[in-house]
Amino acid sequence: MDLYREEILDHYKHPRNFGHLSGANITSEEMNPSCGDRVMIEIAVSDQEIADIRFSGQGCAINQASASMLTEKVKGMKISDIMKLTLYDVEKLLGTTLTPSRVKCALLPLEAIQKAVYGQ
Amino acid sequence: MNVRADFPQLTRFINGKPIVYLDSTATSLKPRSVIDKINEYYTQYTANVFRGIYTTSEEATSEYEKAREKVATFIHATPHEIVFTRSTTESLNLLAYSLHPKEVVASILEHHSNFVPWQQLSYLTVWDPEKPIDSVMTNKTDIFAITAVSNVTGIIMPIKDIVRTVKGINPKCLIVVDAAQAVPHMPVDVADWGADFVAFSSHKMLGPTGVGVLWGRRQLLEEMKPFNYGGEMISEVHVDRTVFKEPPHKFEAGTPHIAGVIGLGAAVDYLTKLGMDNVRKHEEELVSYAIKKFKEVRGLRFVGPDIRSGVFAFTMEKVHPHDIAQILNEDNIFVRAGNHCAMPLHEHLGIVATARASFYVYTTKEDIDALILGLQKIQKLFS
Repeated sequence: MDLYREEILDHYKHPRNFGHLSGANITSEEMNPSCGDRVMIEIAVSDQEIADIRFSGQGCAINQASASMLTEKVKGMKISDIMKLTLYDVEKLLGTTLTPSRVKCALLPLEAIQKAVYGQ
Repeated sequence: MNVRADFPQLTRFINGKPIVYLDSTATSLKPRSVIDKINEYYTQYTANVFRGIYTTSEEATSEYEKAREKVATFIHATPHEIVFTRSTTESLNLLAYSLHPKEVVASILEHHSNFVPWQQLSYLTVWDPEKPIDSVMTNKTDIFAITAVSNVTGIIMPIKDIVRTVKGINPKCLIVVDAAQAVPHMPVDVADWGADFVAFSSHKMLGPTGVGVLWGRRQLLEEMKPFNYGGEMISEVHVDRTVFKEPPHKFEAGTPHIAGVIGLGAAVDYLTKLGMDNVRKHEEELVSYAIKKFKEVRGLRFVGPDIRSGVFAFTMEKVHPHDIAQILNEDNIFVRAGNHCAMPLHEHLGIVATARASFYVYTTKEDIDALILGLQKIQKLFS
């Protein structure tokens, strides 16, 4: 049960950076209607860097853990570097490779973050 | 009912473990006799139907038409009212395109296949079965589309009563029944239902994929325009005009899925031998056993009534259906997760997605025990 190891379940049960950000200057939302996964991102950007970030929404363990881990990773990152992140990086964070049916779950938070910061 | 030995796939081991197949509502497993019959066509009398003078073509045609007779007998109809299509979906699209209804009422329970064609090609009003039919139907309603069994809640709809009510409001309204989840699981008598059209699929009733059935009243089929034009469905073609064949062949343009139809005939033989009353009884036993066992899983809730067909869509507290399906898969327990092609129903119920376990003739109480054990494991993992 590689996919549901302790670390992922821990991020699912105790998500980091979950909630709202009062100083946010950009937000975005992504959703997968077929399974109901939904991620909202609130970001405070300064000097082309992510100063702070929060996420909210609901989804499966893979989706929520991915959001939690990603928000930790991107804090302090340059926007130009964030735009370079791919499925490969998400899989590295999750510590596993994903079957095709679960890729969308794991990528939804990254898509929301990239959409938010794109063009900033 | 002890038929597991008839289903080759049930002998398969994945990662050293047997499989627990609980997704028969999506598609059923196939018995050896069906696979052999398909093989027989491909090894003994591969030929096109309706055109050869030679032996194998006549054999293929005869087997193809014999399958039509078997399907007709199975649902208490006559063979010339049985049209072979590609799927239930195609059967329903055939109706939507050929009948061109202006106003359609469909229930909120419908699978997308008995919903989207009407929504896209007509003016669609939705019926909530908890409300009276005359709250949505008018004397202008052309078609009333209704499922016989929900693929989510498992509810068995009282088709005969619904037909009577609908015809009472508007005798001209045509009633289209999606029987994809009914014909495989219980005795169905289309004459007794009194509807105008009934659609179902081969692959959910032990037959091969790629074959659907449309039953329609003879007179209506005669009046309707063809859905596809081309070979096989014509009797004369001239430069300026074409004379079509009589139904059902008028609706079967092109070389059909000959092996598939013949395979469906074998599936009907298999189910007839089991007896559809026994099939239903077996599922009733599994349903009451499952309802009892579900109580042993904390936080589990299934949607729909206790009296139902053998399908349960359910949710678990704190666990997303995708996670349920994925973790069960680790133990080769195969269930589906999502909205099961019934998104309007899920929205109506206020649920984003469910996990779904479904049963058929080869399902055993041990399969349900394995499911419960798996769910308890998940419950522990996520609590």
